[in-house]
Amino acid sequence: MASCKYDWPPAGQLGLIGKKTDRIDGPAKVSGRAKYSYDINRPGMLFGKMLTCPHAHAKVKSIDVSPALRHPGVKAALVIQDVGSEIQWAGDEVAAVAAVDFATAEDAVRLIKVEYDVLPHLVREENLSKDGDRAKSAGEQKVGDPDKAFADPEAVVSEGFYGAPVITHCCLETHGNVVEWGGPDSVLTYSSTQNVSGIPSQLGAALRAKKINVQDGNIETICQYIGGGFGSKFSIDRWGVVAAELSKQAGGKPVKLMLDRGEDLEVAGARPSYFGHVKASAAKDGSITAWHSETWGTGGPGPSGVPPVPYVLTGIPNIYKKHTSVSTNIGPARAWRAPNHPQACLMTLAALDDLAAKLNMDSMEFFKKNILLAPTYLVKTYQEEFDKAAELSEWSNRWHPRGDKTPGHLKRGLGVSFHTWGGRGHAGSCNVIVRPDGSVTVQSGTQDLGTGTRTVIAVVAAETFGLPVEAIQVEIGDSRYPFDGASGGSTTVGAASAWTRRGSVDALNQLFAAVAPSLGVQPNQLEARDGKVQVQGDSSKSLSWKDACAKLGAKTIHTMGKNPGPCELDSVGVGGVQVADVTVDTETGLVKINRLVAVQDCGLVIDKLTAESQVYGGLIMGVCYALFEEKIMDQTIGRMLNANMEFYKLAGIGDIGGELIVHMMTGPGYDNRGVIGLGEPPVISPGAAISNAVANAIGVRVSQLPLTPARVLAALAKGAVA
Amino acid sequence: MQAFEYASPRNLSEAVRLLSVRWGESSILAGGTDLISAMKDGISTPKRLVNIKQISELGGIEFSPRNGLRLGAMVTLRGLLDHADVQQHYPGLIQAAEGVRSEQLRNMGTAGGELLQRPRCWYYRNGYGLLAMHDGKSLVPDGQNEYHAILGNSGPAYFVSPSGLAPILIALGATVTLHGPRGTRRIEVEKLFVTPTRVGQREHDIQPNEILTEIRVPYRAGVRTATYEVRQKEALDWPLAAAAVALRVEGGVIRDPRVVLGQVAPVPWASPEADRALSGKRPSEDVADAAGRAAVAKATPLSKNGYKVQLARIAVKRAVLSAVQQGG
Repeated sequence: MASCKYDWPPAGQLGLIGKKTDRIDGPAKVSGRAKYSYDINRPGMLFGKMLTCPHAHAKVKSIDVSPALRHPGVKAALVIQDVGSEIQWAGDEVAAVAAVDFATAEDAVRLIKVEYDVLPHLVREENLSKDGDRAKSAGEQKVGDPDKAFADPEAVVSEGFYGAPVITHCCLETHGNVVEWGGPDSVLTYSSTQNVSGIPSQLGAALRAKKINVQDGNIETICQYIGGGFGSKFSIDRWGVVAAELSKQAGGKPVKLMLDRGEDLEVAGARPSYFGHVKASAAKDGSITAWHSETWGTGGPGPSGVPPVPYVLTGIPNIYKKHTSVSTNIGPARAWRAPNHPQACLMTLAALDDLAAKLNMDSMEFFKKNILLAPTYLVKTYQEEFDKAAELSEWSNRWHPRGDKTPGHLKRGLGVSFHTWGGRGHAGSCNVIVRPDGSVTVQSGTQDLGTGTRTVIAVVAAETFGLPVEAIQVEIGDSRYPFDGASGGSTTVGAASAWTRRGSVDALNQLFAAVAPSLGVQPNQLEARDGKVQVQGDSSKSLSWKDACAKLGAKTIHTMGKNPGPCELDSVGVGGVQVADVTVDTETGLVKINRLVAVQDCGLVIDKLTAESQVYGGLIMGVCYALFEEKIMDQTIGRMLNANMEFYKLAGIGDIGGELIVHMMTGPGYDNRGVIGLGEPPVISPGAAISNAVANAIGVRVSQLPLTPARVLAALAKGAVA
Repeated sequence: MQAFEYASPRNLSEAVRLLSVRWGESSILAGGTDLISAMKDGISTPKRLVNIKQISELGGIEFSPRNGLRLGAMVTLRGLLDHADVQQHYPGLIQAAEGVRSEQLRNMGTAGGELLQRPRCWYYRNGYGLLAMHDGKSLVPDGQNEYHAILGNSGPAYFVSPSGLAPILIALGATVTLHGPRGTRRIEVEKLFVTPTRVGQREHDIQPNEILTEIRVPYRAGVRTATYEVRQKEALDWPLAAAAVALRVEGGVIRDPRVVLGQVAPVPWASPEADRALSGKRPSEDVADAAGRAAVAKATPLSKNGYKVQLARIAVKRAVLSAVQQGG
């Protein structure tokens, strides 16, 4: 294979890439020096607060913010949704104020007078027969002849009901911004965002639509640190535009408008629910022959999204599937880490696990047997990962047929699941700056969601320049830096590593050109390693990095790295396999995690430490939605009942369980594919793996997540299905 | 949060004078772990807070076999957990305090405040009042009642008593001292809890200008105690069901058993049925199970909380087994 000038160094020559590098912003985070958007306090700053609608569905009949505006300490007030606006969920914003302190702002919003015409609402969709005309077909699809396949007298058929409710994003840092006007045509936002480079044009367009004239180029967005996004923070959002309007009204003073925890849980992010009846069949040898699913879900007032079932095993020869989207008056859905995949994974792998049980087959063997139904490019990956996951989970020793026969009320079980995701790098760019004093800076308008983006940039630049990671200054999180795409869909690491590599190689070549004459060689005979620029194969002819850079004279090197670009540095399409090992107390219905095994591929790993951390994070988030999380709505009042962190249950450290084992697939067949994103994949499988493990433990399927004591005990009371 | 006056008296009589005779006007600030959140949520809107942390007579833990245990109301859960006499003589009380799975709550929360915390019912916490009323009707029977009462729930109160300490204190026959403008009165912990029957009534027998000053727990040699909570989470979470047991084992049989359930009724739920199932019996898993069954025999679960009947039964069974397995 002809080499391409930006190619990753061959495996034997990698110094930093693939090793474990501590995240470079770790000290800033643990010491509190890292400032999140919520931490930003500006001189003269005002505090914004919004009035929200208490009804799930209503029309604004009248609204008057003037009493708030007259309240002492209030500097701005505005109507967000005027007379005639139709409100589609409780907690939707109708008016806002900005005041000298938060308490005054809170007092002032209470003075705003609003009258509503209350309209009928629907906030619970789990019973499709009661959803009436709120339920709309989102399409059906047929492949082969499923009816014939199910009618085959030799076929083993399993049927079941499965589901997962709406959950929220519950970012530790709530949504919001601090916004200020630096002049009549200049806006600065400190935003909690996954989309630093995209916010200015969003805000500009929204303001111009409100006749506030500002050019996108005069809007700057800063986000140095973000306390979680998970797909819910791509937009400036209504509250960001409102903060800019309040600031404008208050003469440009900074306005801090962050959602409180209740508002965040109620309106700022929900993952669509997914319920359905599945019928699946296999030949007696375990080969899957047919799939039939009728599913529904809600994503709030808009469409629910259509989870891709049957998941991964898309080659099942006979398929019928139909999905119904239920429009409800809950907060709107937002992309939730691996949109649609966790739901599709649960629906598919729980249903097929039940089929394996009906066949009296070891579920791992069953899935291995059927893995040829997965896309061809993933088959080998899955085969290798199944074996690794079986080894790490001690599958052959610990797995037993459905129902742990051990006497007593503690039942142990194992469950397996697998998943896929794309993860190619998005379009983006950076500046690479090499100065005569030897300092190196990489700048980009990207963002680090806590995933390790800063560290990845530093590792790639350091690898390219032959420098230690500490020698690289990384400047990101400001829209004034070169454009980078939003961090969603596991696209950042592919992009950031590629644009850093391209920009760094170009910069290095410029440096070589400046240094070559003094070493009496051609630039292409030079290499940079171990902190030196030296003649290839002759380390006696070398200059220290600093001395080499001094050869630049007064000239600083500026290059721009871009993605996409020449040479295949990133790729797409990963596979992962996970095994859950659980113990269920059949007297209380409590599920405890003994061990979770995650075997994951993401192509070339840049920083093994942050890569593994991503997988740990995915597993933990997975335990949360498998065991605890649910957005609980009351149909009478139309409101979310658990919009706080007491009732909205998330796992604490003691709930994660005994052991999390993470194994990254590396080496031939993986490293040479280039870099692929990792944010989404590890969160997809935990729900299915844990549900399957519980079924294996107690001998009966608990049909819905989260696997609460109520649901586990109900399933046990109903008795074994298989 | 609504603005409020703040007072920090040094003695009890001054504190009582600063308190209003009407609910809602003033609130007592002890650890503040419940009150401050309720104020932030607009559930509690006092015009005046009376801080009682400066009143020294409200602190202190004393124990003697003769007088039993005296807990000052301001003793923190951490102080209780760390006290050697409590550890030695009242393991069931330690287990109950350990149920508060938050170092912050243990460090700030007080014994008195733990008894007087308000229910966690999510309708109450969302502003629908203690009786969860909406359009003249309780939201609970047809609503999301998965965490509500399975006993003592004929209405209009459906919330569950949230206290983790109350069941074991009741099982031990503890009393509380209340100090008000007309002096002090001492009542059994069991009598401190009442089920409201109409809007405006509280779930505690305490006046707005009374201060809970101390808890007294009798000591009887040979009493074994245990608390067992069924909780979905190891981290901070309120139990789904709990049971506390105090009993003696004499001549191989159970004597003077007292079983009290928590998180199942608007008050800590004493179960004489469970007591009868244990009294005079040789301890065994079957006897413990029978006590659990007796405790929930009259349960009347709502539409979504039938599972709590089973959890309450298991909590009693496991608390009994834990108690009898202790040395005596």
